[in-house]
Amino acid sequence: MSSLPEFEYATPATPAEAAALLGPDWTDTVVYAGGMDLLDLMKERITAPKRLVNIKKCDALRFIRTDDDGALRLGALVTLAEIAASDTVRTAHPALAQAAGLAATPQVRNMATLGGNLCQRPRCWYLRSEDFPCLRKGGDRCYAKEGENRYHAIFTEGEPCVIVHPSATAVALSALGAEIKVLSKGGATRTIPMAEFFLTSSQNLQRENVLKPDDLIVEVSVPGAARGLRSHYIKLREKQSYDWPLADVAVAARLEGATVRDPRIVLGSAAPVPHRAAKAEEFLANKPLTEENAARAGELAVEGAKPLAQNGYKVTLYKVIVRRALMALAGGEEGRS
Amino acid sequence: MTERKISIGFPGAQKEITVEVPEGTPPPWDLKSAHTVVGTDVTRVDGAEKVTGRAKYTYDLNLPGMLHGRILRSPHPAAVVKKVDISAAARMPGVKAIVLAFDEGQIGTKRVRYAGDEILALAADTPAHAEEAIRAVKVEYETLPFVVDLDEAEREGAPQVYKDQPNVKPGRPRGNADEAAKRIAAAAVAVEATFRTQVQTHSPLETHGHVIMPDGEGLKVWASTQGVFSVRDGLAGNLGLKPEQVRVITEYMGGGFGAKFGPRAEGVLCAKLARKAGAPVKLMLDRKEEHLAAGNRPNSRQEVKAGADKDGKLVGIIVRTRGTGGVGGGAGCTIPAIYDFPEDGIYKEEADVHTNAGAAAAMRAPGHPQGIFALEQTMDMLAHELGLDPLEFRMRNDSDPIRREQYKIGAKRIGWASRRNKTPGAGTGHLRRGIGMASTLWYAAGGRQARADVEIHRDGTVVLMQGAQDIGTGFKTAIAAVVAEELGLKPSNISVKTGDTRLGYGPGSGGSTTTPTVAPAVREAAYAAKLKVFEAAAAFFKSKPEHLRAADGMIWVEDGSGAGAENRKSLSWKQACALLPADKVTGSADRRPNTEGFRNTTAGVQFAEVEVDIETGIVRVIKVVAVQDAGLTLNTLAAKSQIAGGVIQGVSFALFEDRIMDRARGLMVNPNFMDYKIAGPADCPEIEPVVFQVANGKNSVGAMGLGESPVIPTPAAIANAIFNATGARVFELPMTPDRVLAALQKKGGEKSA
Repeated sequence: MSSLPEFEYATPATPAEAAALLGPDWTDTVVYAGGMDLLDLMKERITAPKRLVNIKKCDALRFIRTDDDGALRLGALVTLAEIAASDTVRTAHPALAQAAGLAATPQVRNMATLGGNLCQRPRCWYLRSEDFPCLRKGGDRCYAKEGENRYHAIFTEGEPCVIVHPSATAVALSALGAEIKVLSKGGATRTIPMAEFFLTSSQNLQRENVLKPDDLIVEVSVPGAARGLRSHYIKLREKQSYDWPLADVAVAARLEGATVRDPRIVLGSAAPVPHRAAKAEEFLANKPLTEENAARAGELAVEGAKPLAQNGYKVTLYKVIVRRALMALAGGEEGRS
Repeated sequence: MTERKISIGFPGAQKEITVEVPEGTPPPWDLKSAHTVVGTDVTRVDGAEKVTGRAKYTYDLNLPGMLHGRILRSPHPAAVVKKVDISAAARMPGVKAIVLAFDEGQIGTKRVRYAGDEILALAADTPAHAEEAIRAVKVEYETLPFVVDLDEAEREGAPQVYKDQPNVKPGRPRGNADEAAKRIAAAAVAVEATFRTQVQTHSPLETHGHVIMPDGEGLKVWASTQGVFSVRDGLAGNLGLKPEQVRVITEYMGGGFGAKFGPRAEGVLCAKLARKAGAPVKLMLDRKEEHLAAGNRPNSRQEVKAGADKDGKLVGIIVRTRGTGGVGGGAGCTIPAIYDFPEDGIYKEEADVHTNAGAAAAMRAPGHPQGIFALEQTMDMLAHELGLDPLEFRMRNDSDPIRREQYKIGAKRIGWASRRNKTPGAGTGHLRRGIGMASTLWYAAGGRQARADVEIHRDGTVVLMQGAQDIGTGFKTAIAAVVAEELGLKPSNISVKTGDTRLGYGPGSGGSTTTPTVAPAVREAAYAAKLKVFEAAAAFFKSKPEHLRAADGMIWVEDGSGAGAENRKSLSWKQACALLPADKVTGSADRRPNTEGFRNTTAGVQFAEVEVDIETGIVRVIKVVAVQDAGLTLNTLAAKSQIAGGVIQGVSFALFEDRIMDRARGLMVNPNFMDYKIAGPADCPEIEPVVFQVANGKNSVGAMGLGESPVIPTPAAIANAIFNATGARVFELPMTPDRVLAALQKKGGEKSA
């Protein structure tokens, strides 16, 4: 339904003030930025925090810059629209700009923040409905496993819950080896590599990332683009207006001539976390970027997939987009860093 | 009564007929009528209100002291309501009234049959209070076995949706099965296939709902409805009131597509809450309720066999269909009489299958998009077997004079001869283009009851009053155009009042018949009012009223010299009206029955071009050419818009929309606009609407309805285009990437086998 439950509301002006207002657990206090996810969850009564800390006035969290160390730094309040439109991002890390620009709708991208995009809850229709007391809501089963799972995970081995991670920017940032800077209530900051940020359902059934209730994401940084680093992102969707991906992928690599160095291939919408295709990366490293090698990498990227009853087709999709994304790296301006 | 010769049909198939013109009515418009407003592009009379937000829809209304209603619905697909405890809810802040959706005596035995079935409604001072109170109601259910899947519901031993009747409810078969089978068996070519279509919800942007205010003993009602008079009668009947005690108003309406007739359960509950609380109550469904409980297009499984002889003439068709309208019926699929099957070569049987899901409601051409999806793919399959061009095959089997013209127009505009793959799937690369087509017919001559009144005031103001509602089709503008044409004014000069049961009776907006039903009465009312102005002006001209003419905002004597108003003695419209003997004069007319005219059906054809990514199965519709007959079109701009709307909804049905049920729990998993996918801007193809004018001569206007027909052929045309692009045929809607990939793999398998 459309009405929100009652809650308290605070609007701090600085990240430190915001962090100081955070509480001991998720039912107590949560961070409110773009509200694209949180308000939906509250309306559906999936979550009912007592207090929202609105950080939209924390202007210190609104920046896109390249530092002397070559790293791209993005404030947590930067919107997806700003990322997609930023020349800095588009030039240095096209995959990130592409991922941000293909998410949701123009209206949503204008409101959705980077921090919120990384922390949004999964879009699983069983999780999102109060009609289904699923595992992630403290229930006793994952309804998707035997139910309507056409959009669910294909890497399901060992996963009690088969959600897919919903953040497209997370897919790109994982491929780019980004780090997340977090400020805690006590004022301490720490940096978490993307690879350690998200949690599979076997690691945690209630939360999708390692943040504590009194943590505030303040910044995302992408290490300096090594000479020749290229990246590319592809999203496949049923609708071309406002649709979640059936399958998405981000690839990043340096090219020395035609030779691929340090490739990273990350599949989105394939697993409860952005899925690093390690075997494909290993295969491709130090090989020439050819159609044949890219296709082989696509095959290897889905090795180990255990699709569900309705989503076997997604395996085919990943093979195709891994190959296409890799070939786009070679393809002139589109994939150039 | 005078006799008059008129020309009807369309250039190329023109017909002269003689019609009787009663005293005081205008001769019918026909092919020879010279129009200045009708048949041109007329911008909507309420367009500015709508785009600026000044138009207030039912959803937008807020009355002083208004309460907010909310319905508690069953969370179970099948259960007995054992106990309802409202004590806590009644004590919640702001709660003013609570009413049960059934008799209190039924508690303990009342069965709910789908998740979304109404239990009770309450009204509170704010929407949030209403929702909190709903959550405080305690209902004890005894859950029962249920079934939500068509195939499962048919099985022996499936849980029964209704206690004393089987789930499968066969309709009356039509034709002779043995004879049809014999003909198909003897045919030169025969094809056989099973087609499936999904459940589509109406998904109007404005959900169902009402604002209802107690008004003395009666009620004043604002409704988001396709039928103000049916809401009036339904509420009166349910609340023991006389119809005249209930006034229903629908000034603007945010879409209905067939699901908004009568007050329905939520309207009756809203009225009861308003009376109980003694205050106005607003009760609009939310998006989830809209998906669960506000109607849908039933799904279908259609088993088709058909054959053609060696000359490419159809010899027979057998269709067996099943579909589920949930707890409701109406799941039949039409095989419209488009093609010339021999009468004894047709056999059809259909059955409604009940499931524990929300009831179907009429939806934009009920049964037709489904039936055409199967029929038109069958046509293509036969053409393929015969080695015939699918268009040529249709020309051999379609004697309809209008469609035969339309095929030529559509084929030319889409580039059928040059752009279509002669061998399906013949292209190279991963993006494959293809072209396909499909046809439609509809029944849209109108002719139900309607009354119109046109007032002309001494200051020249013209007020058109007609009670039917404009549900977004442009009905208001169409009838304003008719008055403007008759009076020689502009549509913007006409003040139009519609959507009010205090005005002259008008039909519910269904069956594509509102405009063709109402427009003749409107024209005749305008004509009658105009004669009164002419009577007042005749003395000035020293002439007789019947010799005056109104055009271009002027009135003058038509003496046959052909000279325009500028060259003779004339009065402006305002000057003439100033001569009226009273403050205002009124012309009124009731709709007269249709006479024979040209024919009762409209015709259309659509050609679609698609691009299929054969590696991912993603389909994009590039272009649709839609050639559509709507009789003598009153407003070509609105007609093109209506055609485009039909095509877009057809694309959406073809590729995206699907009510997805969790079979283990019996609940819909996508009752929102994020997971229930509707075509967005980037999914819409280039649409080329072609308005094909046909003067039907059945009444004084000759218009036909257009609301439904354009949605019918789109999915079939897209499916045939996918085949042309890829050589793979998709038998099931929506044609999502997984299904397209599976079809491509199957085709690959056949090739290598």
